[in-house]
Amino acid sequence: MKLDSMYQDIILDHYRNPHGKGLRDGDAEVHHVNPTCGDEITLRVKLDGSTVVDVSYESQGCSISQASASVLNDLVVGKTVGEAQAVQEAFLELMQSKGQGEGDEEVLEDAVAFAGVSKYPARVKCALLSWMAWKDATAKALAEHPATD
Amino acid sequence: MTSSTHESAVLSGLLDTDAIRKDFPVLQRLLHDGKPLVYLDNAATSQKPRQVLDALNAYYERHNANVHRGVHVLAEEATALYEGARDKVAAFVNAPSRNEVVFTKNASESLNLVANMLTWADEPYRVDAESEIVITEMEHHSNIVPWQLLSQRTGAKLKWFGLTDEGRLDLSNIDELITEKTKVVSFTLVSNLLGTVNPVEAIVRKAQSVGALVVIDASQAAPHMVLDVQALEADFVAFTGHKMLAPTGIGVLWGRQELLEDLPPFLGGGEMIETVTMGSSTYAPAPHKFEAGTPPIAQAVGLGAAVDYLTGIGMERIAAHEHAITEYALERLLEVPDLRIIGPRTAVDRGAAISFTLGDIHPHDVGQVLDEQGIAVRVGHHCARPVCLRYGIPATTRASFYLYSTPGEVDALVEGLHHVRNFFG
Repeated sequence: MKLDSMYQDIILDHYRNPHGKGLRDGDAEVHHVNPTCGDEITLRVKLDGSTVVDVSYESQGCSISQASASVLNDLVVGKTVGEAQAVQEAFLELMQSKGQGEGDEEVLEDAVAFAGVSKYPARVKCALLSWMAWKDATAKALAEHPATD
Repeated sequence: MTSSTHESAVLSGLLDTDAIRKDFPVLQRLLHDGKPLVYLDNAATSQKPRQVLDALNAYYERHNANVHRGVHVLAEEATALYEGARDKVAAFVNAPSRNEVVFTKNASESLNLVANMLTWADEPYRVDAESEIVITEMEHHSNIVPWQLLSQRTGAKLKWFGLTDEGRLDLSNIDELITEKTKVVSFTLVSNLLGTVNPVEAIVRKAQSVGALVVIDASQAAPHMVLDVQALEADFVAFTGHKMLAPTGIGVLWGRQELLEDLPPFLGGGEMIETVTMGSSTYAPAPHKFEAGTPPIAQAVGLGAAVDYLTGIGMERIAAHEHAITEYALERLLEVPDLRIIGPRTAVDRGAAISFTLGDIHPHDVGQVLDEQGIAVRVGHHCARPVCLRYGIPATTRASFYLYSTPGEVDALVEGLHHVRNFFG
């Protein structure tokens, strides 16, 4: 039954019906790969001032990496870069908790479903792939278009 | 092992796996609340029999010393054990001389050793900007990257055989690939991803006709079939110990004696010298010329014990067992809906590694759900990413068998895959 702790229904729902998938206009684009398993994502970030107005992506990979990108889209679009970074840091902390963390549902919403994944070291990278791509793309976008407020 | 052992009895050529499995302590393990381990990741590494573990222990408990140095009892015993392992390996691959067996740390190091020797060699071996190197699209990264490095460092052109849709080498353009400019042809005897056994003779004949050196990566062959370096007619053959019941950290490069004598050393250090002054050194004869520093002594002793174990059973019988298991596995896997085998779909000229995709379900997810049932498979690109690109897939799941694999384990795998489909369906 440990499997159910990894493959929560929320994760499987996001995997089957990913939110925000597809590439749209963006300020910066990155391509990240997970060399151990061949998961790949191309991700674009669109900012308006300091607000994340869109995160679009094309990706291939396992259910965990696909669901994680979908949850990322839900969580960061509409937030300021600062708020979104706080979510990203909370998610990173949860994924590094080796099965000990539960995650703050106020901050992480659907992403708390990934708590079970943190018990599987080989899968943590899958869950973090899109988030690391987002962090990288956002840094690039900010470097090219520094936020004014 | 599972309820569906009905067909198992009809397979012929099987080894007495009940007896063999008793030699492998790890195969007794129960995982995840009492499920027996079904270990189907043998192409990545094999499990180790008690005879190998005992040899390692006995070495460290009774004989440990550095080799080829000192005159005390332990030094002499350690040297005899280490060199005894070389004799065993030489006999195992039918080498004309024990001096043709170089111990390395793995097959990657063996292949890098050859590629580096050819960078620094004098004529006629020297690889330079006018030269061409030929490999294949089905190589493990360890037989691609060293040649890419050689190509980048010397300006030599790297070319490769493509693959047919069935997962075999496409030899149709062999005359354009292997030409007078070709200095070295390096290819795998058995693909770690596709399972394909390659047609050695056709490639070796062509390479010899243009005077090119032939390097064979036998990592997936040495554990599973009779390996006869004289019959292969290659110049170098590389393989690793840990896939053939031995510990990690020990690999082999077999090379023709005259080549090992003519070619320059790879690593410098202790052990590989004859005399050293502050200005220059002369080198020990092969194989010691290529074994700088304290070698993996215990691991070599373990490899010797592994060779004894395999020889005791007989490589022909091991090959026949795996052939029967592979044939049965292919037949049963093709019953699973949406399962696509990447590689030959019959057991003809085929090793015991079977890669497949399962509909849209990512191999990572397949492997995870199988693991929950105690079934260990490999998922990913198996260090052969160009093969995945060739067949337009990001990754595969791979089940790979060995002398202790049973038809019951094939049944468990098939049952597990049905469970995977239901889980993600």
